[in-house]
Amino acid sequence: MNDFYQAQRAMRKGRQAAMQRGVIAILDVGTFKTACLVLRFDEALSSTDETSNALAGQARFRVIGAATTQSRGVRFGEVDTLPETERAIRTAVQAAQKMANVRVDHVIACFAGGRPRSYGLAGKVSVEGGAVEDRDVSRVLSACETPPIGDDRMVLHAQPVNFALDHRSGLSDPRGQIGNTLHVDMHMLTVDAHTVNNLIHCIHRCDLEVAGLASASYMAGTSSLVEDEQELGAACIDMGAGSTSVSIFMRKHMIYSDTVRMGGEHISSDISRGLQIPCQTAERIKTRFGGLVATGMDDRDIIELEGNTGDWEHDRRTITRAELIGVMRPRVEEILEEVRAVLDDAGFRHLPGQRIVLTGGGSQIPGLDGLAAKYLGNQIRLGRPLRIQGLPQAATGPAFSACVGLSVTAAHPQDEWWDFDVIAERAHTRSLRVALRWFKENW
Amino acid sequence: MRALKFLRRTAMAAMPDPAPSRWRYRVQRLWLTPLFRAMVRTGLPICFLGGSVLWYVADTARLEGLIDKATEVRRAVEERPEFMITLVSIDGASDELSLDIQEVLPIDLPVSQFALDLNELKQLLEELGPIQSADVRIKPGGLLTIDVIERSPAVVWRSREAVELLANDGHRVKAVASASARPDLPQVAGLGAEDHIPEALRLLRAASPLADRLVGLQRIGARRWDVVLEDDIRIMLPTEQPKRALDRAMALHASQDVFNRDIVAIDYRNAERPTLRMRPAARTEWRRIKDIELMANEGGNR
Repeated sequence: MNDFYQAQRAMRKGRQAAMQRGVIAILDVGTFKTACLVLRFDEALSSTDETSNALAGQARFRVIGAATTQSRGVRFGEVDTLPETERAIRTAVQAAQKMANVRVDHVIACFAGGRPRSYGLAGKVSVEGGAVEDRDVSRVLSACETPPIGDDRMVLHAQPVNFALDHRSGLSDPRGQIGNTLHVDMHMLTVDAHTVNNLIHCIHRCDLEVAGLASASYMAGTSSLVEDEQELGAACIDMGAGSTSVSIFMRKHMIYSDTVRMGGEHISSDISRGLQIPCQTAERIKTRFGGLVATGMDDRDIIELEGNTGDWEHDRRTITRAELIGVMRPRVEEILEEVRAVLDDAGFRHLPGQRIVLTGGGSQIPGLDGLAAKYLGNQIRLGRPLRIQGLPQAATGPAFSACVGLSVTAAHPQDEWWDFDVIAERAHTRSLRVALRWFKENW
Repeated sequence: MRALKFLRRTAMAAMPDPAPSRWRYRVQRLWLTPLFRAMVRTGLPICFLGGSVLWYVADTARLEGLIDKATEVRRAVEERPEFMITLVSIDGASDELSLDIQEVLPIDLPVSQFALDLNELKQLLEELGPIQSADVRIKPGGLLTIDVIERSPAVVWRSREAVELLANDGHRVKAVASASARPDLPQVAGLGAEDHIPEALRLLRAASPLADRLVGLQRIGARRWDVVLEDDIRIMLPTEQPKRALDRAMALHASQDVFNRDIVAIDYRNAERPTLRMRPAARTEWRRIKDIELMANEGGNR
């Protein structure tokens, strides 16, 4: 636990170093595609750190390089074959560097896999000396009792989402306020340690330094939920290729995240198996002709299934679009059912806002919003990531919402647990100080 | 029948791995490093050029050959007929001065104009006594023109050795056989007179009312002037402010007609007390008259 704490702090230092150099790379290692963005930060604007709000922060950076390549060796958003993934990362980073014409050393990466699990932590501490200070915040954060997360688990995010002072709850920043007891609610997201280690290993193999890690579901939420939705409570469903991740936002903080380990790739593989065609053809047919709601027109829509197996009959088959929809729909319904179950587990129905935003590459299936409304409720919309400066048109689709969110977060990171001082360290320094004082007084 | 393996291989050959190899990736990253880039693009060529030049020069035989070649090329350019000077024309100088100049000029015609330092020539010429200023320039067609302004003689200076003409700033213009060669010029004599020609000229101007009788100026004891008139009448001027004394003498002459009288000199050396020196005959005559006056006065008293 403490090791990871140190590792996270080292990453934060790396991020600061990258901000000083003005160039940082954003890496989204997905199941279907690996995307790399190179951001350049404007130094003149970064001095006004205090006054700028979240929106002004977006003007501080500019995308100067973007590249996407097909992922290899990634399954369910987790690194499966290290060398293949490393090559994919290398391809993306090299192309983005070439476009940016600048060398990047620091990378912030996000991934969807690793079976993220959310924990709600609570801490309580009595305030010394009336007003709440930075020290009290640190103390209350370290007073949170860490649940047993498992041996091979790692904390990916640990964010204080709510402070309460005595009976007043809902404080976002309690510093300077007067009270007796300070409570904190913290959201902690853990993932499989080997997933993180594999990814870090891949990135290190590319001579890059990891300046931060993030969960793709969280990043997709920050970029595709608008500010009101984040404030009032909403769920973001990032339908990736390998996994569909759900993140629930409330009061501008992520309070829950989970994944369904099914995604667009499974739809493709269903098509491939059901229609007995290669995976690549299945993927192409899915993106060109795919749909979820069959109409009479679709019975007359003939799709040719070309192949070069040498069997003439097999290579000249045709199907109707209705048949394709018939293959795709059950899998999408299954995914949506799982998402519904996840939302129910999270207690989403008790939230004041019931807005659900679908994003990610999988959300581009025509008719998804209508189908999802049947499973998830009426307040459904398809989300696209917000626009950031310099992003190529090709990378503005919903498939890039995690990338965009990561860019925004790189410029404006959320306070995490490890951004606050550790009380344990302070205890050491205090004992040292006591020893020094004893020496001064006695010698 | 072809093996399936073949198909797979051709498919793979048609679509090669898009990923850069580890080394290509590293090289590209290195190339994107600004310092490395600057070093390769400017530092390396500079090092290479400098190294090759040093290597070439390190051999003395090659270096000498290079220098010989350079001098050869230089000489070839300098000695082109367009740059050669074949004629020297001297304007504004009298014949004998022209001869002098030709003697002095260190030029063997034909000479390349690159070998001439015109400023040096000008200085050389202006060091000659008779030349006040010289203008040396090269004209197209290989012509070196020297425009000379001669000094005009202002006084005849009789020294112990020779009789010379001096310009108004004291520079020697030329030697003459005798003062009678230039009767129009006033004469100046005495030790150290040549160093005070401007003052002498001022005094001569002041003495212009007596121009028809003026013989010249004589420097006495290398410190003061005597104005010498005909019949060896002298106006002895003080060391300080000789002009003022001379003006007073002129005023005295204008009112009393002094210099037409029988005197030897007016002594202004002590400016407060000018002294008149008479000839012996005049003095006896003056004494006789005084005696007569004296006797008449005594007779009257009696």
